[in-house]
Amino acid sequence: MASQTTTAPTAAPRRRWGSTIAGVLILCVMLFPLYWMLNTALQPESGLLKVDPVPGGLDLSGFSKAISDQGGHLLTSLVVSLGAVVICLAIAAPAAYGLARFGLRGSKTIVFGTLITQMVPGIVIANALYNSYVDLGLVNSYFGLMLADASLGIPFSIVLMRSFMVSIPGEVIEAAQIDGAGAVRTFLKVVLPMSRNSLITSGLFAFLFSWSDFMFALTLNTTDEVKPVTLGIYQYIGAHVGDWGSVMAASVLSAVPAAILLVLAQKYIAAGIAGGSVK
Amino acid sequence: MTTPTVTATPAAGAAKPATAADPNRLRRRRRLAQWGFVAPAVVFMLLFFGYPLVRNVVMSFQHYTPKTFFTGESPFNGTDNWSNVFQDALFGKALWHTLVFTAGSLLGQFCIGLALAVFFNRRFPLGGVLRSLILLPWLVPMVVSGIVWRRILDQDTGVLNTFLDTVGLGSGHTPWLTSPNMALLSVILVNIWIGIPFNMVILYGGLQEIPKELHEAAALDGASAWRTFRSVTLPMLKPVVTVVLVLGFMSTVKILDLILALTDGGPADATQTLGTLTYQNSFVQLDFGAGAVVGNVLILISAVFAVFYLRANRTEGK
Repeated sequence: MASQTTTAPTAAPRRRWGSTIAGVLILCVMLFPLYWMLNTALQPESGLLKVDPVPGGLDLSGFSKAISDQGGHLLTSLVVSLGAVVICLAIAAPAAYGLARFGLRGSKTIVFGTLITQMVPGIVIANALYNSYVDLGLVNSYFGLMLADASLGIPFSIVLMRSFMVSIPGEVIEAAQIDGAGAVRTFLKVVLPMSRNSLITSGLFAFLFSWSDFMFALTLNTTDEVKPVTLGIYQYIGAHVGDWGSVMAASVLSAVPAAILLVLAQKYIAAGIAGGSVK
Repeated sequence: MTTPTVTATPAAGAAKPATAADPNRLRRRRRLAQWGFVAPAVVFMLLFFGYPLVRNVVMSFQHYTPKTFFTGESPFNGTDNWSNVFQDALFGKALWHTLVFTAGSLLGQFCIGLALAVFFNRRFPLGGVLRSLILLPWLVPMVVSGIVWRRILDQDTGVLNTFLDTVGLGSGHTPWLTSPNMALLSVILVNIWIGIPFNMVILYGGLQEIPKELHEAAALDGASAWRTFRSVTLPMLKPVVTVVLVLGFMSTVKILDLILALTDGGPADATQTLGTLTYQNSFVQLDFGAGAVVGNVLILISAVFAVFYLRANRTEGK
């Protein structure tokens, strides 16, 4: 970002700061709902009444209620999402390498199929999956939900990592093979470390997809055993109509990972969105 | 990228160090190992994307009742599910809502996203920071966004009506989500808000790819800003525009999370779409056969669109 602010001094500085002001106004409009979420969360006593534009003080009782009601669900979300990331990367990374490098017959068809999966609506998958999950005993299980959530990230990760692995210089891989490394060792010791960035980007997005998942949580669970926070909040508004403060506090908590990732991993997120558009 | 051992030429790599053994067998073994890398992903995708497609077609000819899950019985019933769904007025309504919702959302997201991309494409202080912060709404779980908007749009105590009342616009009691006439529009507006960041970022990336000289040349020729935008920027941006619209269509047409969070499909089915109807049929009424029928229609719409897209791409590539 530093490189962008030190730009050509030719443009009239006043006009450029005018753009900044306009940009801030646009940002305020776009982020207003998120501000309002935080604002409402800090006014838990307002209940069903009108909410003041600015919180009068730091009333954290909404948050403490949200944590006691939804803390477990946040933890469930975390466990399921981490599990989904592991499954996603374990399956997608070798496939991306194989499709990028081995020149297998049918590679093109597989890549095309991977792109086409984006077309299949999630609710259609859930419709069929629920029935299979009932037969397999995977309904209301952590593992079942992790598998389903991994499906949200796998096609994206394969496409993203493959496009990166295609660009690894062939000499590097050959050098490893001359040193006597087999395909698996070459992959683990040479290819994966070199693909670190695309691996991180894929992992981040797999996490975000899974963390935001609502549909699989809603359809593949019939009891309260495995309840991620998205489902928890959705059912919360049904049961606590008058308690918007804690609903919003729970919403704020559920948005925290996204906010943290945006700040810490901004370059990976930008890369991921750009990479995703290559699809 | 520290590979100090690279003294060998690529040709030396081609000479296999395999001493003895049948080279054919060796090659076959290596091929098998290579397939080992790809196979898990192929199997996974067949199970989680291929199988549901097939299963949905089969299910649409089966009779499911709430009892099915105790008895395990779901006998074939010919085309009963199909005719039941098509005769239900709700299906036509949901289809229409889906089309309106998708078209409206895409139009709004794209136009505003493009305007913002053009805006942020110029350099000004803090532009990069502001641009990346706009992404935040896109990263929040969609259900959560929906719930926040549900509070904002509340008829009596929501901040939007309070604001409009203060400014002197509207009655201050606009039933955004509670009137059957307004609900679909409100849901579209919220979805536009959700989609703007994604559209903006991808279109911004596309704008960055356009060589600056082209704009300068147009300016030298005396073209106005609008003219330059129309005859230089837009044509150059076309491939990115296609990508944005296709990805947008795929994710919008199957919408479910947002509508459940905002209206649950109501009031009076005013925001029922093919996605929510599939959900209602299967997971609320436990009539998975009817759900599968609506789901198949949804797939069919996506497939038709995908074919058009692929064909357009192919002719363009030639």
